[in-house]
Amino acid sequence: MTTAVLRAEAIVAGYEPDLPILNGASFEVRDREIVALLGPNGAGKSTLIKAIAGLVPISSGVVTLAGEEITRLPAHVLIRRGLGFVPQTENVFTTMSIDDNLKLAAAVLEKPRRGPRIAAMYAMFPALAARRHLAAGRLSGGQRQMLAIARALLVEPKVLMLDEPSAGLSPKVAAEVFENLLKIRASGVAIALVEQSVRAALSIADRAYILAEGRNRHEGAAADLCDDPVIARLYLGGDPTAARANP
Amino acid sequence: MSLQFIADGLLIGAMVGLGAIGVTLTYSILGFANFVHGEFIAWGAYACLVIAGLIGLAVGADIAPLGPFSIGWTILVAAVIAMAFTGGLALALDWLLFARLRKHGNAIVLVMASFGASMALRSLLEFLFTSEPAYFSRDIQIAIPLGLGIRVTPDQMLMLGLTAVLVTAMHLLITRTAIGRAMRAVSENPALARVAGIDVAGVIRKTWLIGGALACAAGIVAGITVQIRPFMGFDLLLPMFAAAILGGIGSVPGAVVGGLIVGLAESCAVQFVGAEYRAAVAFLLLIAVLLVKPAGLFGRGDA
Repeated sequence: MTTAVLRAEAIVAGYEPDLPILNGASFEVRDREIVALLGPNGAGKSTLIKAIAGLVPISSGVVTLAGEEITRLPAHVLIRRGLGFVPQTENVFTTMSIDDNLKLAAAVLEKPRRGPRIAAMYAMFPALAARRHLAAGRLSGGQRQMLAIARALLVEPKVLMLDEPSAGLSPKVAAEVFENLLKIRASGVAIALVEQSVRAALSIADRAYILAEGRNRHEGAAADLCDDPVIARLYLGGDPTAARANP
Repeated sequence: MSLQFIADGLLIGAMVGLGAIGVTLTYSILGFANFVHGEFIAWGAYACLVIAGLIGLAVGADIAPLGPFSIGWTILVAAVIAMAFTGGLALALDWLLFARLRKHGNAIVLVMASFGASMALRSLLEFLFTSEPAYFSRDIQIAIPLGLGIRVTPDQMLMLGLTAVLVTAMHLLITRTAIGRAMRAVSENPALARVAGIDVAGVIRKTWLIGGALACAAGIVAGITVQIRPFMGFDLLLPMFAAAILGGIGSVPGAVVGGLIVGLAESCAVQFVGAEYRAAVAFLLLIAVLLVKPAGLFGRGDA
């Protein structure tokens, strides 16, 4: 059986101590796997990955990364431990150039590794290399998403968590983003993905968790969830055949 | 007509600009108007005076002035130590007061706390040193004619030069170094900075250290070219805020250019309108610029 790279167990978390948004949510991401976290608005999907990333206080529960407990570690320490996070909005420093965005992220690496890692990101995303001195605020939505992913990948994370990477993008650009995620998985990085675009997420995910009211409701292989008529009707917007036909 | 007012304006502007760098950094990174910054200027100047005096006592001999300047080597050594002391004072105040209040996330509470701390520090300074002015040197300097009716003393030229060096160094630090990038990142988006691997608390500590040290430098420049008084920082506070806002919050070159504009506007007002209107003219200019460019001359659009 494949080992879990990231495991979150019975997470209770929220912005206010007495008002938890998550009420015991759990999930795990295994080696070289794409896991989708799905569910209706307010289910706690984004809060769950933000809590793991150190941005929302965790009241109880345990998070482990590659077997080591990382619960409640500060966000900047988690990056060094190998947990990459791409927020949904405001995910690049708009007043800084693309190059400065990447140099900023590279500062957590040892000096000799910084240049080669930045070069590797430019090789992976050539559209960024061509505009390296342009302020990130002048990039299109898709290019910003690329830069945000490159920033997170630059430090060679074990797991990359993305909060709605297709939000605000045209279907064509969103498809490019999902294609890139497949390439990233192929390079050996496990991925946890929160998405509103459920069908697109299931089309690239290996497994998925469906959350509601801060708790797990369903989980399983992405293909099985697509085929389940009850789940398709409740969470995926109807006809299960549409999920396979229109990824 | 004598163009002396231009030289006077540049000198005032350099002092204001140097102090405004700290104001703009703390405002953009910590998100509140820090009134204590004026006291860092006064405390820095007095610290330098005391340290120079102690070095003089330890050396046990009369300290000769350096070349054409009125100050000796002890002031230069004391300036470095005083900058470290003032940076430490800023850091201590953050640890004691602002860091605790920041947890509640209310900017107005921080502003009022800084107002209270400002008054307390100023009163303590007045208690320790009285309100009588003090001087780094009582030597009389002969101003050197530069043409067009402008005369400048060697001390004033030295201070302008030191200010230019400090401002250039700060600009390079902010734009070319890892700590500068981290400061810009925290200023723009602290939450994203954290997930980009930046220790935000560490950046805040460095901002206080740098801001305090630069305020001290501004105090020493003011002390050498004018005099040292407990109210010297308070008197510079409004022009410094005007300079920081005029230049655009978060911009180091903006703070300096803003300082020079405020300084020149004040000295022009003294020359052409009357000394009693100097502050009014500077602030009318500030309002006019902000109406045309609300984010300031070098500011971000979202500032």
